[in-house]
Amino acid sequence: MKKFAWFLTLAAVLAMALSACGAPAATEAPAATEAPITTEAAATEAPATEAAPAEPFRVAVVMPSAINDLAFSQSMYDALMRIQEEMGGPEAFEVVYSENMFVVDDAAAAIRDYASQGYDLVIAHGSQYGSSLQEIAPDFPETSFAWGTTADTFGQPNIFAYEAASQEGGYVNGVLAATLSTSGVIGVVGPIEVGDAKLYVDGFKAGVAATKPDAVVNVNYIGSFSDVALASEAATTHISAGADVLTGTAQMVVGAIGKAEESGALWFGTQSNQTSLAPSIVVASQVYHWEVALHEMLALIEAGTLGGQSFKANLANGGEVIEFNPDYALPDDAKAQADAAIQGIIDGTITIALP
Amino acid sequence: MDPIVILSAGVATGTVLFFAALGEVFAERSGVLNLGVEGMMLIGAMSAFSVANSLGNPWLGIVVAMIAAGLISQIHAYIVITLQADQVVSGLALTFVGTGISLVLGEGLSKAGTVAQIPALSVPLLSQIPFLGPIFFTNQSVLVYLGYLIAPLAWYYINRTRPGLHLRAVGEYPSAADALGINVFALRYWYVFVGGMLAGLGGATLSLAVSPGWFSELTTNGQGWIAVGLVIFAQWDPIRAALGSYAFGALRRMILDIQGPLTLFGFDNPFYYNSYLGFFLQMIPYAFTVIVLVIGSREAIRKRLGSPAALGVPYIRGERGK
Repeated sequence: MKKFAWFLTLAAVLAMALSACGAPAATEAPAATEAPITTEAAATEAPATEAAPAEPFRVAVVMPSAINDLAFSQSMYDALMRIQEEMGGPEAFEVVYSENMFVVDDAAAAIRDYASQGYDLVIAHGSQYGSSLQEIAPDFPETSFAWGTTADTFGQPNIFAYEAASQEGGYVNGVLAATLSTSGVIGVVGPIEVGDAKLYVDGFKAGVAATKPDAVVNVNYIGSFSDVALASEAATTHISAGADVLTGTAQMVVGAIGKAEESGALWFGTQSNQTSLAPSIVVASQVYHWEVALHEMLALIEAGTLGGQSFKANLANGGEVIEFNPDYALPDDAKAQADAAIQGIIDGTITIALP
Repeated sequence: MDPIVILSAGVATGTVLFFAALGEVFAERSGVLNLGVEGMMLIGAMSAFSVANSLGNPWLGIVVAMIAAGLISQIHAYIVITLQADQVVSGLALTFVGTGISLVLGEGLSKAGTVAQIPALSVPLLSQIPFLGPIFFTNQSVLVYLGYLIAPLAWYYINRTRPGLHLRAVGEYPSAADALGINVFALRYWYVFVGGMLAGLGGATLSLAVSPGWFSELTTNGQGWIAVGLVIFAQWDPIRAALGSYAFGALRRMILDIQGPLTLFGFDNPFYYNSYLGFFLQMIPYAFTVIVLVIGSREAIRKRLGSPAALGVPYIRGERGK
């Protein structure tokens, strides 16, 4: 009995240690960070630097939720992974990340930590990290920082800003939703009426209104980015009010998608491709391709500019892509309408009036 | 804004809170405060979903969830009953232990897709009762009906049976109970275990019936803490815990119905056009809790009710009473 009791205590201590280590996870062990110093080569008169292989470009990113949240955080992680592949793997482009940084103070500590470890670019992926970054960035003038979603660089020379024109994809989703809805009632599950979420929802409403003016769009901002259970309740609320098409934004919508699937309502995703959550009901997702902004940042950093500019991902520059679910049988005329909306936004014939 | 729909949904979501709160009622009635409800619920939600996913049987998931959460609760029991450590600190630690373990073991489960759920059904005759029928007996999960059964049984057990008397004695005056030959330590271990099992059942209700799926620590998202609060709200009474849980669930749901539509009672809906007012709405369930608490505590003083006298106090055999 005594031994068993000791085992329990030990297990408790271990478990606590485990959960404490859980938060700042790092991938991609730094492979060959230090180039082999060629002292012998320097003995001869040949230029020493020539022989050394190029140092990898090192990126650190701090994200509010998990890298597989099928929403905001995953959009950035996927973009970084795509760039890594283009540049030739972790040897050329090293990526480390801290996920689930819902607490801003923890995120600030991680940002400062990465900066002092000499990463070339530190990304604060969340508008809530802005004020922390504003204080940290001046202490590391040699490091480049990026934060989003925003257009504000605080006027500092080493901060880039990036944002997405979420209303554009929202509009396209809205056009499709209005076309596919037979009941004329559409439900939206939103988090808090700010930033990216507000842009998406407003764009979505505009898209519905332009296509089917008499359709009703019920909107719930549930007041939380994390309350999955409440998001699923919001979905049932919409469904019992007659909605047959739903959409929503931020990481807590996974709960809502489950409820939509249960009752056969259609779903439109945003931020990341949400098809895998419910392949039978997801029609299309607006997906952020942050590499559009990241490529420009990387080019500027190579050229010696560490910040001071802001970037916008939209349909025209490929920073936003509407990805259709290949398993959903989308009628041709609906697809044509969506394509027309995308084209219209790109060439400027459709302007989205935001409230 | 159909009151029947709102109340019926409130009963369904409130069942999660009820199971967790009832478990805490048992633990606290025996004198052990367990703040680890959130962690135990996560263990329950994760293991229920995991078993239902891999074996395809949600009922087995429920059983495993209850056992797993019950076992995790024994860490707390050992620390506070045998080692006599501070119950608040140990309970908080249990929340982190439960969260950590469930996140590690639940890795990858969020992509499992849909699994077999606990079925929902309507009760043939009872669902015909006007107003009450559609709220309580139409298309509810089997677990909701289980809640209806457990609430009065738990009340009867605590207040009218001999083992229930022992439970109350251990929580009110453990040295007297000990003098009568009741094993205070064994009973406290047991009721912490019961509390853990019920918290696990609450978590399983969440992941297999109310909002199916595993979404890491967002699955419960603080509902365990609401359950702990509901125990005080319920004055350690199972029936009140049930009613409070259902009311809390209904209020949460009502907010969504108020905010969603464009018009409310024929007027432009102010909460739709000014979303920031939603924060005011989200306050309502908590304000309601405070109001009932104030009213309830006056009644408690009058009837000399209140928390179990030995709640949070470790029992040390042979120690002089106060």
